[in-house]
Amino acid sequence: MADPTLAVVLAGVIMVALNAYALLGGADFGGGVWDLLASGPRRQRQRDLIAHAIAPIWEANHVWLILAVVLLFTCFPAAFARIAIVLHIPLSLVLVGIVLRGSAFTFRSYDSRRDAVQRRWGAVFSGASIITPLLLGTAVGALATGRVRAPAGSFAAGFIRPWLAPFTIATGVLALALFAFLAAVYLTVEAGDDRELADDFRRRAIGAAIAAMIVAGGTLLVARRGAPMMHAGLTSSRWALPLHAGATLAAVGTLGALALRRFRLARIGAAGFVSLVIWGWAVAQFPLIVPPDLSVLNAAAPATTLRFIALGLVAGAAVLLPSLVYLFRIFKASA
Amino acid sequence: MHDLLAARGQMAMSLGFHIIFAVVGIGMPVLMVLAEWRWRRTGESVYLELARRWARGTAILFAVGAVSGTVLSFELGLLWPRFMAFAGPVIGMPFSLEGFAFFTEAIFLGIYLYGWERVSRRAHLLAGVAVAVSGVASGIFVVMANAWMNTPAGFRMAAGRVVSVDPLAALFNPAAFQQTLHMTLAAFVATGFAVAGIHAALLLRGPATPFHRAALGLALLVGVPAAILQPLSGDISARAVARQQPAKLAALEALFTTTTGAPLTIGGLPDAADGTMRFGLRIPYGLSLLAFHDPAARVAGLDQVPRADWPPVAIVHLAFQAMVGLGTFLALLSLVIAWRTWRRRPIAGSRGLLRAIAIAGPCGFLAIEAGWTVTEVGRQPWIITGILRTRDAVTPMPGIAVPFALFTLLYIGLAAAVVWLLYRQIVRMPAAAPHG
Repeated sequence: MADPTLAVVLAGVIMVALNAYALLGGADFGGGVWDLLASGPRRQRQRDLIAHAIAPIWEANHVWLILAVVLLFTCFPAAFARIAIVLHIPLSLVLVGIVLRGSAFTFRSYDSRRDAVQRRWGAVFSGASIITPLLLGTAVGALATGRVRAPAGSFAAGFIRPWLAPFTIATGVLALALFAFLAAVYLTVEAGDDRELADDFRRRAIGAAIAAMIVAGGTLLVARRGAPMMHAGLTSSRWALPLHAGATLAAVGTLGALALRRFRLARIGAAGFVSLVIWGWAVAQFPLIVPPDLSVLNAAAPATTLRFIALGLVAGAAVLLPSLVYLFRIFKASA
Repeated sequence: MHDLLAARGQMAMSLGFHIIFAVVGIGMPVLMVLAEWRWRRTGESVYLELARRWARGTAILFAVGAVSGTVLSFELGLLWPRFMAFAGPVIGMPFSLEGFAFFTEAIFLGIYLYGWERVSRRAHLLAGVAVAVSGVASGIFVVMANAWMNTPAGFRMAAGRVVSVDPLAALFNPAAFQQTLHMTLAAFVATGFAVAGIHAALLLRGPATPFHRAALGLALLVGVPAAILQPLSGDISARAVARQQPAKLAALEALFTTTTGAPLTIGGLPDAADGTMRFGLRIPYGLSLLAFHDPAARVAGLDQVPRADWPPVAIVHLAFQAMVGLGTFLALLSLVIAWRTWRRRPIAGSRGLLRAIAIAGPCGFLAIEAGWTVTEVGRQPWIITGILRTRDAVTPMPGIAVPFALFTLLYIGLAAAVVWLLYRQIVRMPAAAPHG
């Protein structure tokens, strides 16, 4: 028998891991977007700053995703199995993107010669940095539609239509826009004393923020038909107003901070905005993990498993959190 | 292509690819730390150069290991969703612990690679130690999960559902000890000899620089003891498999009939169709001795297993022979190296020995690939021995040949890129290391 309280807590931990992945790993993907869009007289300096910011931490940032996946299959095995079956195609493509992004970035970093080969790795890195968030956002959006059901009927009905719809495309673009926004804001801080470079990314951050807000609005519009349950949650439930108020405050605050060159404040605002979008999704479909039928309660593993995993999480966090703090203090303290 | 076969092919290819980089992630940190430690002790700059150069190689290989490991964590579900739905609650524990160990490894590797100028010397060396320890730990956790598939424990079945889950009993399942021991040693053998092989080849080709001599010495320091211990660990494994997985033992020894005082067959081509063995060298009582340490012991043959439940005998037997052959070669070579070192004669002084080490370079990795073939193919047709069949675990999604082809192409490209990059960056880089 499942343990309802513990199941909810562990589902919360999975969301925290996904949130951390979006804020950290997502920003690394966003860095790839700005690598592709690097332009102007400081093009090379922009790329160098991005590489310098990502290099020591991207692998650690990436592990948040693995942690979320492992916790999902341990704590909610039925949900994981359903997602893996129905979303096989987009998730496989996400994996191809993850492989290409990570390896191309490393190959470029360690290929010390600045030549055509290195530029080609750069193109793979930035291309994969765009495709991966699009597909990841699409897969997450598919969950919200309530169409990830046990496959029946034709191949298209079972394995393509659940994730290919206007709403899921919108969530894919939204993920990309949010990650690019995060990266640009973080890079204004990373630029440090280099005012020109900070301004390059300030402009990009403001542009990305406006783009993200437009896409978010558009996503909400298509949600009315594409993900009615999500739409209802986001418009008429009792926490909808505080959520939108918080998100608006964070977005406006970030823009204001960017305008005033208060880049550290902008970084907090941007992270807050993206986190609110993610938790808005989570709360809107709670207690369902895979709507319409698999929930935190009926998909949960036996109580013994949940208890052991909770213990394992405490022990793991005791090692992990101090290590993470140490990592970021070494490489991001001056930033 | 049949979907089940395609799914098995994709899984085998993904595991066979990832295991190389996973092993490097276990072995290389130890080498880097040893080099840095030697530099701190002796002040010889050649060791610092070595630590830095090895770190560059590790960074490239670790990144490929990280992303190909991510692929596997998803593929468990993408290809075998019914296995994961069934086994997730029972063996999620080692996977979660592995997640944390891998996290720690990635964090401290970042600090190690990029922190030379940012942290104290002592903190830097300790970061390397943390990478090495968490690398070994993450390998152990993953192998524990695999051991559970071979010898499932820690749950009961009731009406097709898993009940009474005991995650600790699952974690410490009967095969866990010998499999983790064998694999951890194998990681050190493979990495140690691969690095030694590269530097031995470079010593044969060019002048005997102190750089390559130092590299060879450290690499052998990791590879040789592990290679000498590995046959003992293999003996523990063989005896455990004889008791716990008799069908696998019968397949890997190609023993078709249950025999008292069973002979050991070296080499040979088993024919499962008529249950015969061609061309093998038979050592009387050998198998009974090895499997039970008793020449008269009765060894269960494949006749104890329903014909439909036989693993592919020829593949398993040949892979086992390859693993044992390669392991024996590495162990014997290691004894020669150990003897020469004991007599205080430099390894680099013998061109014959250097040639043998260069040949041994890929042998550890080949043995690992062969060994995983034995344990995975030898478990078929089961994905969880006696509980769940592989064909019942596969995804219902049709057309798996497409992702199989996609990932195969991706990995071929990646492998070519890695080899080319290592060549361009590490081997071809002038050995202008400071002569210390």
